[in-house]
Amino acid sequence: MPALRLERIVKRYGKVKAVDDLSLKVQEGELLTLLGPSGCGKTTVLRCVSGFVRPDDGQIYLGDRKITEIPTEKRRIGLVFQNYALWPHMTVFDNLAFGLQIKRLTKDVIKQKVEGSLALVQLGGLEDRFPRQLSGGQQQRVALARALVLEPDILLLDEPLSNLDALLREQMRFEIAQIHKHAGITTIYVTHDQTEAMVISDRIAVMEKGRIMQLGSPLEIYSKPANKFVAGFMGTTNFLHGKVVKIDKEYAVVTTEDGLAITGRGHDIEKGAEVDVAIRPESIKFLSPAEATDYANEPNVFEVEVARASYVGELIDYQLRIKNHLIRAKGEVRVARGVGVRFLIKLDADQLAVLRR
Amino acid sequence: MNVPAKRILVVTAEIVLLVLVLLLIIGPMMSLFIWSVAHRWYWPNTLPQEVGFEYWKQALGMRTSLAIGAISIIPAFLLSLTIAVVVVIISMLIAIPAGYALAKYRIPFGAVIMFLFLMPNAFPQQPIFVNLLRVFTRWGLSGTVQGVVLVHILVGMVFGVWITSATFRSIPNYLEEAARSVGATRLYTFFHITLPLAAPGLLASSVFVFITSLDEFTGTFFIGLPFVSTLPMTLYSSSGYNMQFASVIAIILLIPSILFMTLIQRVLRAEYVGGMG
Repeated sequence: MPALRLERIVKRYGKVKAVDDLSLKVQEGELLTLLGPSGCGKTTVLRCVSGFVRPDDGQIYLGDRKITEIPTEKRRIGLVFQNYALWPHMTVFDNLAFGLQIKRLTKDVIKQKVEGSLALVQLGGLEDRFPRQLSGGQQQRVALARALVLEPDILLLDEPLSNLDALLREQMRFEIAQIHKHAGITTIYVTHDQTEAMVISDRIAVMEKGRIMQLGSPLEIYSKPANKFVAGFMGTTNFLHGKVVKIDKEYAVVTTEDGLAITGRGHDIEKGAEVDVAIRPESIKFLSPAEATDYANEPNVFEVEVARASYVGELIDYQLRIKNHLIRAKGEVRVARGVGVRFLIKLDADQLAVLRR
Repeated sequence: MNVPAKRILVVTAEIVLLVLVLLLIIGPMMSLFIWSVAHRWYWPNTLPQEVGFEYWKQALGMRTSLAIGAISIIPAFLLSLTIAVVVVIISMLIAIPAGYALAKYRIPFGAVIMFLFLMPNAFPQQPIFVNLLRVFTRWGLSGTVQGVVLVHILVGMVFGVWITSATFRSIPNYLEEAARSVGATRLYTFFHITLPLAAPGLLASSVFVFITSLDEFTGTFFIGLPFVSTLPMTLYSSSGYNMQFASVIAIILLIPSILFMTLIQRVLRAEYVGGMG
C-alpha cells in the first residue's frame, strides 16, 4: 500500500486553480520531491497534506487512513518549514520536547528521545541554547530533529534549504539525504532547485500550473523529459524549433527553418509534426581539427562560431552561433576558444530529445 | 575662526537648546511640585513664603483640617484603583479574543470594526456622555460604580483592541502552524505559544487601559455624580481654590503613569533583544 495517496486534488483561489486535478502515490520510505517554479502549486499540495489547506475536491489517504477531514494535529505528520519556525521563547530541548509533552510521555522518555534526535542531526550538547543563539544551519537541523522526534508517518519539508547560503545548502543536501536513508521515513520534499531535487530524490514530480508534468526518477526526468517544460526546467537546455522529416525507429530527423538537419530521440511523433529539439550543453561535443576530418560526413555535425565565452572557474560557458541560432555550450578551460573562432561540433543523437510542440 | 573655538560654540548652543527643552517639559511639573509643598505663596514672591508637607498630610488623611476642601483622598484613590483593576480585567477579557480574531482571521468588515472601536475617542466627549447619561439613567446605571466601569471600558477599548490585534499580528503564523504540526490543538497552541510570545504587547495594552481608567474624568463626571467620586473628580473639585491640594492629587495621579511607562519600556526592550528569529 502506498504510504500517501492523493486522489484528484483540486484547490481554487478565486478563479485560479492552484492545484488542478492532481493524483499522486508516494511509496513507503521513498523521498519524493515536488519540483517546480514559484506558483506551480507544489507548496499548496504540501499544505493540503499537512492540513492547513482544505482541498475543494479530492481525497488524501495516509496509509489506510483517510485524512482529508482530519485536523492537522491528528495527522501524525512531521513538518519542516522554510524559516525553521523554532519557538524563540523556548530552548532547543523544549522545542523538541513540546510535542512529546503533549503525548504525556514521562520525563525520562522525553529526555532520551530528544537526545537521540539531536544526535541524529549532529547537534548533541546544544539542548540549552535558544534559537537566536544558533546559526541558520543549526536552526534548520533543530527543525528537522523536532519533526523527526515524534516518529511521524510522513515527513514534509517545505523548501527547507532556501534560506541558507549556497555552500551550506550543498552540504545540507547530502545530510538530509543521509538522514532520510538512516531514518527510512516516507518524505515529501518541496523545492524549486532542480539540482537539489536530483541529488536527494528517489522520484521527482515536476509541476507546473497545478499539474504534474512528469513523474519519475531523476535520471528519467533529466534524460527523457516528457515535454518542453520539463526539459527546460532541468538544467540549461537549448531548444531548436523544426519539422520532422523522417522517422527511423526511436530516432527522428528534424529540419529547422535555416536548414539544419538534426537527429534526436523522439517518441509519439509523426512525420511532418512541429517539434522542439532539446539540446543539453553536455550533448555538444567540440571537435578538434583532427576529429573534424574523421567526422566530416556523420549526422549531427555542424559548424559554429563563438559568440560569447564566459569563464566560470571550472569551465567556460559558451554561446555558439549555429546558422541563425544561438546555443549554450560548456567547454574545458584548457582548450579555450575566443570570440569569433569557428569550429565543428557533434551532437550526440541519444542525448537529444525531440519533443512535440 | 579656528576649529576649537567653533567647536566650543556649537557645544554651548547645544547645551542651551537642551536646557530650554527640558524647562519646557519639566517646567510645568516643577510648578506642580512647588505648589504641593507651599503653605503660603503670594505674589510677588517667585518661591513660596512657607513650605511644608501640611497638605500632603491632609490628603493622606494623617491630619484633619478645617480648611475648605481638605479631605483624605485615600477613599477616592482606592476607588479609582479598584475601578481601574476591574476595568482592565473586563476589557482584556474582551480585547484579547477580539484582537486575536481581528489579527488572524479574515473578519468581514474587519477594518470597519476596528474603526468603530476608535469612535468614542474621536468625537467631543461632552455630547457623547450627555447622551450616555440619558441612556444610563433610564437603565438605572447613573451614579453607580457599574455605570462608571462601563464608561471606562468604552473609553479604553480602543487601546485594548488595537494594541492586542497589532501584537497578535506580529506573531508569525508559521510558529502556530509548527505547534499544530507536532500535535497541539488550536487552544493548546494559543496558551503555550501565542500567549507567551504576545505577553509584552498584552501587558502594554493592559497598562494603557489601566492608566486611561485611572485618569478618566469627563465620562466619570457625567455618569458617576453625585455618588461615585474618583480621584480625578476630587482633583477637579479642589482645583479652583485649593491649589496646594490639587497639586498633591495631581502628583499622586502622575506616579502610576510614570511607573508603568518605565515598566513597559523595560519589558518591551527586552523583548526586542530576545526577538523573534
